[in-house]
Amino acid sequence: MPTPAEVKPANPTLTARIRKSFPTPEREFSLDVEFSATPGFTILFGASGSGKTTLLDCVAGLATPDAGRIAVGERVWFDEKTDAGAGTNILVSKRRVGYVLQDLALFPHLTVEQNTEYGLAHLPGSARRQRAAAMLQEFRIDHLRQQRPAKISGGERQRMALARALVTDPCVLLLDEPLAALDAATKSKILDDLRRWNQAHGIPILYVTHSREEVIALGERVLVMEQGRIIAQGTPHEVLRAPLQETVAQLAGFENIFDATVWLIHEDRGTITCRLPGPAGKFVLLETPLIRADLGSWLRVGIRAGDILLAIAKPVGLSARNVIAGQVLRLDRRDMMISARVDCGVEMEVYLTLAARDALELAEGREVWLVIKTHSCHLMQR
Amino acid sequence: MSIDWQAFDWQAFRLTIELALVVSAMLFVIGLPLAYWIAFSRWRWKFLVEAMVALPVVLPPTVLGFYVLVALGSRSPLGRWWQSLTGHTLAFTFSGLVIGSILYSLPFAVQPFAASFSAVDLKLLAASATLGASPLRTFFRVVVPLSAHGLVTGVVLAFAHTMGEFGVVLMIGGNIPGVTRTVSIGIYDQVQASNYAAANAMAMLLLVSCFAVLTVVYGLNRRSNQRVWTMGPVK
Repeated sequence: MPTPAEVKPANPTLTARIRKSFPTPEREFSLDVEFSATPGFTILFGASGSGKTTLLDCVAGLATPDAGRIAVGERVWFDEKTDAGAGTNILVSKRRVGYVLQDLALFPHLTVEQNTEYGLAHLPGSARRQRAAAMLQEFRIDHLRQQRPAKISGGERQRMALARALVTDPCVLLLDEPLAALDAATKSKILDDLRRWNQAHGIPILYVTHSREEVIALGERVLVMEQGRIIAQGTPHEVLRAPLQETVAQLAGFENIFDATVWLIHEDRGTITCRLPGPAGKFVLLETPLIRADLGSWLRVGIRAGDILLAIAKPVGLSARNVIAGQVLRLDRRDMMISARVDCGVEMEVYLTLAARDALELAEGREVWLVIKTHSCHLMQR
Repeated sequence: MSIDWQAFDWQAFRLTIELALVVSAMLFVIGLPLAYWIAFSRWRWKFLVEAMVALPVVLPPTVLGFYVLVALGSRSPLGRWWQSLTGHTLAFTFSGLVIGSILYSLPFAVQPFAASFSAVDLKLLAASATLGASPLRTFFRVVVPLSAHGLVTGVVLAFAHTMGEFGVVLMIGGNIPGVTRTVSIGIYDQVQASNYAAANAMAMLLLVSCFAVLTVVYGLNRRSNQRVWTMGPVK
């Protein structure tokens, strides 16, 4: 039985440079990233198929990079073969990595307690039971000790998967969309427990998600991935509020994305006016935040459907700089929400509640006004 | 048709059970690593090994028996080695029968083993590795428990299949009472001598016991299927 080294590196920053190519049914996929993750949350944000899980698999040792280097503090987990050296590839079981896989991979034939003790085989029985019990208590599932995974709820399974990974006292924690299937309340409770745990332990946590809400809730540092590359990094605010590239915008949930030209620049007011061309020679002028751009150059503007206000009479006395007349084209119900498509020169999507629709007596063909704050217009490069 | 229980060959029956027990136990031991390799290896020529394991399913037992007989005989290196070790050849001995039967029943154990190993979610193996478990520990703590009924099925099929074999036994073992004469050989003997009532007794017992064994296995499998280890719906 291999016993994981008991010495923890003093400087537990994860540094990784990973290159890996492999064929997928559609195309040749290549992952090519370089990053470091300090203790605390580092979020890997990106659409499915952007290489997030492959990245985690390489860090865990479940997949072998073609080239690169992965180290935690002073300990090298992987180093490519070169002419000078033979290379390093530490076995998964010796890396001391906590990995919560996407579908949790709980052992179905073992109880909650047995699952939690699984990674403690190197300890004597009593120490094992003690540590598992403490961890189950910390994640508030100690009352389920004797249950099997099939008998407990989704949220409890997530807690169980976290407890099973954390009880081994890992050097790095890898979480692959661990909370994707949960409701917001359960999610935030589990995140609180996880945050509290990491305050005491302080290890790098790579957290994969494609949920904007989770990015903002957790957000210390975000790496945005697309097609195997890291295309943006920074705080959630930087990455989500001022996107540089359109893919980020789509990921960040901009339902409305338009081509636009820079029409006027108001250096003094810190804004610019963009002209959004629509069909049949129509256009919309939008006041947006000032960015460095040439007059007449092309940009792209992203606006979230939830950031647009809708009024049935022309509002006055507003701080919002963009008040645009339009006509409702279509109303679609989405769960507990209405998506309105409004023609105001260009077609915009606006979200409103069922109650708002009823109060405004909205219907197709209705004349409306759209209200958009300057800072709700996000500019990006084309 | 009459049954002559007086003529029942208990010695042959005991020998058959003994052979089936030894063979199925050995197939369990040999079959586990072989099936594990078949289930998880990514060697490109693996299909050749799979085809070889499956061969006894389609090969006439006499063909298999013939080559085993040749291989065990005093003209083959293996036969000579055994002879130098023990002073006699493997042909026409119980040990020879065991070797032949292991080859003959191999697919009936290995195929269900391998199928149930392949059915284990690879993510569980990955999770086990990240939790510090060696491949061996993963095998015994995760793969084997989750494949339990494939393992039971394989062992029982190997047992039942060995109980009923005829061609291989006849080729390798001949018909030596108490050494190599199994029930099926005994039945053949009695029929040759027109002793239908005696043949009927042995045939009947073989039929009933094989049916009983299979009933127990399928019954157990049905019960364990009802608590099959899946996650089930989120409650």
